[in-house]
Amino acid sequence: MSGKRAVERPFLEISRVSLRFAPGSPHVLRGIDLKVHEGEFVAVIGHSGCGKSTLLNIVAGLLRATEGGVFLAGREVDEPGPDRAVVFQNHSLLPWLTVYENVRLAVDCTVGRTMSRAERDGWTRRTLALVRMEAHADKRPAEISGGMKQRVGIARALAMRPRVLLLDEPFGALDALTRAHLQDQVMDIHARLGTTVIMITHDVDEAVLLSDRIVMMTNGPNATIGELLEVDLPRPRDRLRLVSHPRFLAAREAVLRFLHERHASPAVA
Amino acid sequence: MNALASSPTEPVSAVCTTGLAARLSRLVSALCEPAKRALEVVLPPLVLLALLAGIWEWAASGPAATLPPPSMVWENSRELIFRPFYDRGGLDKGLGLHLLASLERIALGFTMAAAIGVAVGMLIGSSRLALRALDPLFQVLRTVPPLAWLPLSLAAFREAQPSAIFVIFVTAVWPIVINTAVGVRNVPRDYHNVARVLRLSGPAWFLRIVVPAAAPYIFTGLRIGVGLSWLAIVAAEMLIGGVGIGFFVWDAWNSSNLSDIVVALVYIGLVGFLLDRLTALVGRAVTRGTSEQ
Repeated sequence: MSGKRAVERPFLEISRVSLRFAPGSPHVLRGIDLKVHEGEFVAVIGHSGCGKSTLLNIVAGLLRATEGGVFLAGREVDEPGPDRAVVFQNHSLLPWLTVYENVRLAVDCTVGRTMSRAERDGWTRRTLALVRMEAHADKRPAEISGGMKQRVGIARALAMRPRVLLLDEPFGALDALTRAHLQDQVMDIHARLGTTVIMITHDVDEAVLLSDRIVMMTNGPNATIGELLEVDLPRPRDRLRLVSHPRFLAAREAVLRFLHERHASPAVA
Repeated sequence: MNALASSPTEPVSAVCTTGLAARLSRLVSALCEPAKRALEVVLPPLVLLALLAGIWEWAASGPAATLPPPSMVWENSRELIFRPFYDRGGLDKGLGLHLLASLERIALGFTMAAAIGVAVGMLIGSSRLALRALDPLFQVLRTVPPLAWLPLSLAAFREAQPSAIFVIFVTAVWPIVINTAVGVRNVPRDYHNVARVLRLSGPAWFLRIVVPAAAPYIFTGLRIGVGLSWLAIVAAEMLIGGVGIGFFVWDAWNSSNLSDIVVALVYIGLVGFLLDRLTALVGRAVTRGTSEQ
């Protein structure tokens, strides 16, 4: 697919999306408009409860917008599908299946339909290798650490060969060191596969480090996109070298000012 | 507290410094450790059992005693204890054979209850309409005591064996239905979302997500069901007659053979315990990893 065409017509378009859970109740989201290019890494940031996960669920098709819609490569998507694979906040691995079987299930249900048994096995193992989990293929989720579970969650999503990878605060529950390690892996995978990624986060550094563009959301109800920020930092990015990079610091400050100056959390009292 | 805790360690370290003697003592303690732990587990119940038997012996040995003391049970019913499988024709059989007859009824009734209970539970758990229609009926029926079904089932089947099996079925089926339904309804939201992204639906969704997710609940239902069946069969067999452990107890009562009843009660308890453990064991093997999150 040529980059030129993707520019003319956005690869993924969220068009005037509003959502309320019941008629008459206030809107959770209102008038969300966003165009995402193919291969772009977009981070969505906002205070808890601002509806950013809700927005992701609408893109995933798990929730349906009250008004507006989501278009992927020109076609409206209104139900879940493997073309928009989700990495869930709490990993959501099936505890009765091993690491291998969890990924294999995703392979069998999606891209594996046209593959032979050996090809499906090969693809499952290659995806596990991508997140460096091939050594733990036969363990069950209860036997591996939180960071490993999230890596398997990412592998399961990637195994579907999604056109868009949706990450819902994937590292929120992890300690800082594990989180840094996983962020590097995600950057590496994004660089290698060129997958379009939308990531929900509440971590400013994470948003700036990983993404090409940061979508800052205002507080709900009636949450909408407050500002967009291009993160113009060369890739591959190295967290140590960026620590003192003026553009990194500027982007970080812009997001912090948005979150804590103009749209401070109403919940904190 | 501290002084108390530290004082016993001092002599040990003193021994350790004296070379060979220390190594020997360590070897002895290493060998003794498992034996000691086994003793710690086995000893308390054995002591208590001996104590209870002693009290029983004392209480039942007076001239006014109505029940036989343990020594008399041992004397009168030794054949029953050591030869569970003798068969002198008619109703004069060993306890083992009576137990086997009861277990056979349990096996038949419980298998039916498991098959139908799990199926109906899955239906109720996944269909709101089925829940609304069946739940009130089940809530009432499940409170009917097992034996209350016996006259009706005798009238319907006109034979002891199928009636007893039906009583087992109707006793065991409710906890299986209810637990299965709860398990199916409690499939976590997350698994629903995973399945939706994978576009798993119909039988695949059911077999690959619902059944394994509900398995721990199903086995809880089966375990309760098997326990209730064992309670019910003894009572049912007392009324039905023929062969079976319940009938044996009733028959012994009619021939004033109290020692035999005591032995039979011990066997009933042990078999019930084994049934419970067996179901739990199968459940643990099948649902390996499912309940951990």
